[in-house]
Amino acid sequence: MTVRDALNSALDEEMSADPKVFLMGEEVGEYQGAYKISKGLLEKYGPERVLDTPITEAGFTGIGVGAAYYGLRPIVEFMTFNFSMQAIDHIINSAAKSNYMSAGQISVPIVFRGPNGAAAGVGAQHSQCYAAWYATCPGLKVLCPYSSEDARGLLKAAIRDPDPVVFLENELLYGESFPVSAESLDSSFCLPIGKAKIEREGKDVTITAFSKMVGYALKAAEILAKEGISAEVINLRSIRPLDRSTINASVRKTNRLITVEEGFPQHGVGAEICTSVIEESFGYLDAPVERIAGADVPMPYAANLERMAVPQVEDIVRAAKRACYRSVPLAAAA
Amino acid sequence: MSFTSTTKFVQPLPLNTTSARSNDHKPFLDPFKPTSFFGSTNKLRFTSLAKSHQANLHRRSAVVAVSEVVKEKKPKSSTNLLITKDEGLVLYEDMILGRAFEDMCAQMYYRGKMFGFVHLYNGQEAVSTGFIKLLKKEDSVVSTYRDHVHALSKGVPARAVMSELFGKTTGCCRGQGGSMHMFSKEHNVLGGFAFIGEGIPVATGAAFTSKYRREVLQEADCDHVTVAFFGDGTCNNGQFFECLNMAALWKLPIVFVVENNLWAIGMSHLRATSDPEIWKKGPAFGMPGVHVDGMDVLKVRDVAKEAIGRARRGEGPTLVECETYRFRGHSLADPDELRDPAEKARYAARDPVTALKKYMIENNLSSEAELKAIEKKIDEVVEEAVEFADESPHPGRSQLLENVFADPKGFGIGPDGRYRCEDPKFTEGTAHV
Ligand SMILES: Cc1ncc(C[n+]2csc(CCOP(=O)(O)OP(=O)(O)O)c2C)c(N)n1
Ligand SMILES: [Mg+2]
Repeated sequence: MTVRDALNSALDEEMSADPKVFLMGEEVGEYQGAYKISKGLLEKYGPERVLDTPITEAGFTGIGVGAAYYGLRPIVEFMTFNFSMQAIDHIINSAAKSNYMSAGQISVPIVFRGPNGAAAGVGAQHSQCYAAWYATCPGLKVLCPYSSEDARGLLKAAIRDPDPVVFLENELLYGESFPVSAESLDSSFCLPIGKAKIEREGKDVTITAFSKMVGYALKAAEILAKEGISAEVINLRSIRPLDRSTINASVRKTNRLITVEEGFPQHGVGAEICTSVIEESFGYLDAPVERIAGADVPMPYAANLERMAVPQVEDIVRAAKRACYRSVPLAAAA
Repeated sequence: MSFTSTTKFVQPLPLNTTSARSNDHKPFLDPFKPTSFFGSTNKLRFTSLAKSHQANLHRRSAVVAVSEVVKEKKPKSSTNLLITKDEGLVLYEDMILGRAFEDMCAQMYYRGKMFGFVHLYNGQEAVSTGFIKLLKKEDSVVSTYRDHVHALSKGVPARAVMSELFGKTTGCCRGQGGSMHMFSKEHNVLGGFAFIGEGIPVATGAAFTSKYRREVLQEADCDHVTVAFFGDGTCNNGQFFECLNMAALWKLPIVFVVENNLWAIGMSHLRATSDPEIWKKGPAFGMPGVHVDGMDVLKVRDVAKEAIGRARRGEGPTLVECETYRFRGHSLADPDELRDPAEKARYAARDPVTALKKYMIENNLSSEAELKAIEKKIDEVVEEAVEFADESPHPGRSQLLENVFADPKGFGIGPDGRYRCEDPKFTEGTAHV
């Protein structure tokens, strides 16, 4: 099942289960979504529940939030999360803070979803990761699916959740297929928010990643295995809340940590993970923690520069070897 | 192509807002000095009208196509030409360049020479040419992601734009910007902005600067005008309304040019906008609003002349809605399945390039051979641009970290106590980032 179909089926099932759930965003109806995530939904649920909005993120996001205040369960699609910047006031101020400001009288069960992170060849404005931006804000839950199972289970959980959820998909994963269990195809299937998944067990080094970078971390782990390094790969799934206990338990076992993300290095998700490990498991570390992140520059357009600006599998492999004191070329070490 | 401008200008003050046909023969209160327009008997008039003129208004329901707002008018005389021969040739060459360049982009995209989102301008050439060819070099243009042709019209060499699209160092932004982000300080192209609405305040800021230079910095000769281009879908975004207000409030030298091609991506303008007549929003904010046939470069130019002149004279902003059409999908990735083939055919028949050609030949402004020669010349320019781009070098590694700051000390101080940018390894791009 592709990630696209996983997301589409999750939307479909939750809309069919609860008439209060509706989808709004640019081109989600007649065009069936810029990336076809909402395919077939207009036909099935009609224009009252699948709303094509004008290009006015600030306006329709605020409308979504208002609808959530008054009992509906909106799903707001951003054509890409880059455009959520025009709506960030409503995500942070109107959605994230209302439950607190109103002392629990007004909860905001809304999902903001769409593709996030580096895309290909689209330049600086269309290519960046918002995980750290939103994860810094109390009152929000921030989810980042990697596989089709993640996409289904987390999106269904997000829609049922009583709080605002920022749901960060990845355009380059939409077309990717993952095997799915029978259990995850059941319409009752849901994943817990705040729980990471150990994608691959290992004992020498812990690699944390989310979204597309999970795939890179798994590839790196394969390469490392051939060289005798056993890497444990953690798919974070949830950026806020962050599953600190899974991460720390893993580091206490492997004694080494590499964090991987596509976003900017400064004040990033990796920074938070490293801090958590230093706070809770400092005595267990056998090597300095390593952060792999996007380059500290706006995304360049030229393909060769773009490649340098985002983490590559080789970067993860190199960092893991450094952490395992294997950075010297193997021939020299032998 | 008719000889007269078919436009509506509305001047909101001091009377009730109402709409004027530009060529009715009633006397007006024309607040501006008459300007000659290459023999045209008609001028755009920013005029306050009496109630009786309301009969001329075309009231339409929301479902009427925007194209019906303006009815074609009969030419009055075959000797009153709207352009001179030389002007016509300049317009023709610019439009052919826009068309040929974009066709080449499509080919190069499919050959994998350029990547990402590439939005082509085919069909809309009359707008870019009609406005930008009236500008001075010091005047500014602000565009969107559909920006190649605006840059070309403003004088950015085709090879620099093509090379940018190829992601090469010889591009107008050294390969760092890409298709949606054309900048050229030399030509006062202030950017392709990829987010909807973003360019409008930036353009308004450029116009603010002209006024500031003239009035605060006492640069008496600073009469620079900014032209902001954007689409119909963008007119539903708040930044548009915010800037109409401020531009009118502060009488800024700007022209807001809406390229209403009737569609956002797969979203019809009529499904997105409560009142689809965008030009009407001008008067609502206290500035003239005009609707013009954007498939007719001479009509666009007619309107542009008045609007740019008005801005230059310090009389404030104008909103111009150009009704146009894109001949290709929204971007090269768009399957373009929602637009009605009949609609496409209707606009294809109004191809602005063909229309200008016809006008030039019918009015003996130029021979078929002369125009063919221009087409041939432009084909060579575009071919040369591709060769140039192809042969140009890819950006070097060091470029990754260049231009993040005007002052690279922004990268901070390294462990040795010196600014990191002073470490040769850092600038070479071999340092760990
Ligand atoms: C803030 C924002 N939201 C969404 C988009 C995605 N998007 C790119 S172009 C476009 C349609 C724009 O339509 P219009 O303004 O009519 O311009 P046209 O493309 O027709 O020239 C959309 C929705 C964007 N670029 N920026
Ligand atoms: Mg449009």
